[in-house]
Amino acid sequence: MKPTHTFQSEGITAGYDNRTILHDVSISIPSNKISIIIGANGCGKSTLLKTMARLIKPASGQVTLDGKPINKIPPKQLARVLGLLPQSPIVPEGITVADLVGRGRYPHQTFLKGWTKKDYEAVAEAMDMMNITEFADRNIDELSGGQRQRVWIAMALAQQTDILFLDEPTTYLDITYQVEILDLLTDLNRKYGTTIVMVLHDINLSARYADHIFALHHGKLVAEGEPAKVITSKLIEDVFGLHCTVVKDPVSDSPSVVPIGRYHNKLRMYS
Amino acid sequence: MNNTAVSENKQLLIPKNFIKVLILSIVLLGICVLASLAFGSRAVGWNELMDGLFHPDVQSHGANVVRQRIARTVFSLMCGAALGVSGALMQAVTRNPIADPSILGVNTGAALFVVCGISFFNIGTAGQYIWLALAGAIITAIFVFGIGSMGSGGATPLKLVLAGAATSAALSSLVMAIMIPRSNVMDQFRFWQVGSVGAGNWNSISVFIPFLIVGILIALFSAPALNAIALGDEAATGLGVRTGTLRLVAAFGGVLLCGAATALAGPIGFIGLLATHMIRLVIGPDLRYIIPMSALSGAIILTISDVCGRILGSPGELEVGVVTAFIGAPILILITMKAKMRTL
Amino acid sequence: MNESMHLIIAGRTKRRRRFFLVTSLLAIISFALCCTMLMLGNTIYPFSDVISVLLGEKVKGASFAVGTIRFPRMVAGIFAGFAFGVAGTVFQTMLRNPLANPNVIGITAGSSAAAVFCIIVLHASNAFVSIASIIGGLATVIVIFLLSRGASFSIGRLILIGIGIQAMLNAVISYLLLIGQQHDIPTAMRWLSGSLNGAKMENLYPLIITVLIFGPIIIMLGKRLDMLELGEQAATSLGVNTDKTRLALIISSVLIIALATAATGPIAFVAFLAGPIAKRLVGAGFSTIIPAGLVGIILVLASDLIGQFAFAARYPVGVITGILGAPYLIYLLIRMNRKGDL
Repeated sequence: MKPTHTFQSEGITAGYDNRTILHDVSISIPSNKISIIIGANGCGKSTLLKTMARLIKPASGQVTLDGKPINKIPPKQLARVLGLLPQSPIVPEGITVADLVGRGRYPHQTFLKGWTKKDYEAVAEAMDMMNITEFADRNIDELSGGQRQRVWIAMALAQQTDILFLDEPTTYLDITYQVEILDLLTDLNRKYGTTIVMVLHDINLSARYADHIFALHHGKLVAEGEPAKVITSKLIEDVFGLHCTVVKDPVSDSPSVVPIGRYHNKLRMYS
Repeated sequence: MNNTAVSENKQLLIPKNFIKVLILSIVLLGICVLASLAFGSRAVGWNELMDGLFHPDVQSHGANVVRQRIARTVFSLMCGAALGVSGALMQAVTRNPIADPSILGVNTGAALFVVCGISFFNIGTAGQYIWLALAGAIITAIFVFGIGSMGSGGATPLKLVLAGAATSAALSSLVMAIMIPRSNVMDQFRFWQVGSVGAGNWNSISVFIPFLIVGILIALFSAPALNAIALGDEAATGLGVRTGTLRLVAAFGGVLLCGAATALAGPIGFIGLLATHMIRLVIGPDLRYIIPMSALSGAIILTISDVCGRILGSPGELEVGVVTAFIGAPILILITMKAKMRTL
Repeated sequence: MNESMHLIIAGRTKRRRRFFLVTSLLAIISFALCCTMLMLGNTIYPFSDVISVLLGEKVKGASFAVGTIRFPRMVAGIFAGFAFGVAGTVFQTMLRNPLANPNVIGITAGSSAAAVFCIIVLHASNAFVSIASIIGGLATVIVIFLLSRGASFSIGRLILIGIGIQAMLNAVISYLLLIGQQHDIPTAMRWLSGSLNGAKMENLYPLIITVLIFGPIIIMLGKRLDMLELGEQAATSLGVNTDKTRLALIISSVLIIALATAATGPIAFVAFLAGPIAKRLVGAGFSTIIPAGLVGIILVLASDLIGQFAFAARYPVGVITGILGAPYLIYLLIRMNRKGDL
């Protein structure tokens, strides 16, 4: 089981250029759990994720890992605890799947030594977990979108961090693959206790897979907690501006958002 | 129905600054012409200017200088107009804010043909290598457009610029290969290599006129359809525009104009970029107005640059190609810095 | 689990073997070209004579031809070729664009413009011209990077600004060539197209020392460069300090390329060709820095031999590499656009 960490943002304000996107956000990531950040487009979900994963320097406030500001931790050391899978990483031309997954081992390697047994083990384990071992010597270009995403996640797994951030890991994937990826990430969490933090677009999948939800609106945290408590029609209305009703997901009993439009509304007849 | 009526109405609307800009441009153009006639290695006074223009019987030195400068001025106005319209056309065709002959490698293509002409066919006078340079320019432009618009997303600025730069690099090494064993060729070529309107005479003007007219007519006639292309190919097709044919015709017009100008004056960069950008800033995106205004502003910019070159470089002159590169390149950089990278 | 590990190890061992095999082959070819260069010339000397000269013995005729003319020429070719190859591949990998190289983004134009200015306007001495060209190249890089800094680093912006700056520098060069006196023109031309002619050992030491210092630094940064290839965000989360790494790589590459340009002039396309060729030969997954350096050496030496002996007229090496490189450049562009990599 992965060790427990306290990982917090303390009043961070951040953005790009002169545009401030996050305003004074303080959150604490529940250790060894799956947390999902939700919110409308442009609300600062990705910015929060990237700031916490040290890709964006906050204008004020700080992010701390076990009480230590992350910018004070040497980058390689931090990379052994905290990993992030960006939304659109770049595939180097002609690289094989195994070599790409192997790049996740960088923070564990030193300059002179080549791959050690540990490196090979980590790569094999990550690839097995993502079911991509059969592609090991294939070129990434030959894989489908869903397979590719599994390769990237395997790379992040090979990094063997305690905390894993994913920026919209299911975007551009068909619904089948979305569920597959989320299942695999849940496996990872259940098996090793890896803390997972991700941004997802789909509220219902978020509600189903998250242990903890952070809801952002206009760069501010408006609600957090267990999905069952957080996801209410009022919150969805506030955050997304969507008129909706929340029902129980028949599969998981988690809250499920059903939008209400101007048509096809049988509820109106009774109200 | 109401909506359509409103939008049609809007289409007919003249951009709000258009009249003002037009008047201003005409005034500026007049000033430019006078400045171009008056300034140079020898400045002339008002009386001499008037004598040179309107009293062919007066034989003072100043009046003769002015008469010599008439051809140069007319030529520079024409080159400027051609380059301005060409820039507007190319930018519209490629939906690309930085398309300009100098960036697209057209100049190097013309250069290669000129060098071949000098080296292998003993061609020496400007009148002779016009056609060679024109052919070089057209072939290169087609080539660069072809490469730059391959693949998804069409001709993005970055793709186009890289295609142009790469083609330029490739062609200039061929130019070198031909030139290095022949020092006499180098000697002739370096005079063409710097864009200049100084060599403009009535002969080159008469060669230029048909190209200019055909090019501008193509531009004016394709403008409404090009407006539709600005919305994207799919939208344009939906509006009933045959995008393929239109692109081809409009691009041909653009290359014709810049090719002819480059052939006669040598490589003069950035006029199209500058003229069209300035105009678009002031009167908005409607090409039916941008095209004629680009012609005007291109003429103004080139003539002013030429006058500046003559003043700065006196007693000799700083060739206009150098001046426009120094005005244009910073503007290109500014555009790049301001642009959102997603659009590049 | 064990099975998959063996599978992965087997695959990687295979690729590793290919990498070492190809790299050794490249080294052997480079060496053979060096020998050829020393032996070939107006008079052909046997290998034994060449060895004797290199060992410091006096051999009639050969001592001068080999020791004073051919040897410096070869050394210039080796170090410049290595520098162009290494720096080129660093830029291409770092900017994730095979077209991004010192020639295309205007760095060599800075060197050339400064050199041409010194020759035509100042009538300066060789040493001065070299120093000016180094400064010119470095200044151009600094300007381009300052202008393209923005909020976040962007490759497209860097390339476009580089091309803008290059347009200005080319205008300057054209103008300088125009006002220059006729007898200065051939000297100036050397700065527009690289050449190994007239290489002298005493002029080569700065290049040699710089390559010996910064070459290894670049090689050591190779692994981080591989991470940078995955993109800014992925590299950061793998624990690479992207800003520092990029800065170190840029400074090192620009220094070696500036000194190489000062020594031989900009040898066209070597910086651009070496990386992709090396990558094609060794396969992906390994750092291409050393193979690219070797390919650079091979390109320069082979092209110089072709330029000297294949035609009636003697062409400088830059013209040959230019003609060889141009079609490949076009091919690469077409392929990249087809794949939608741009």
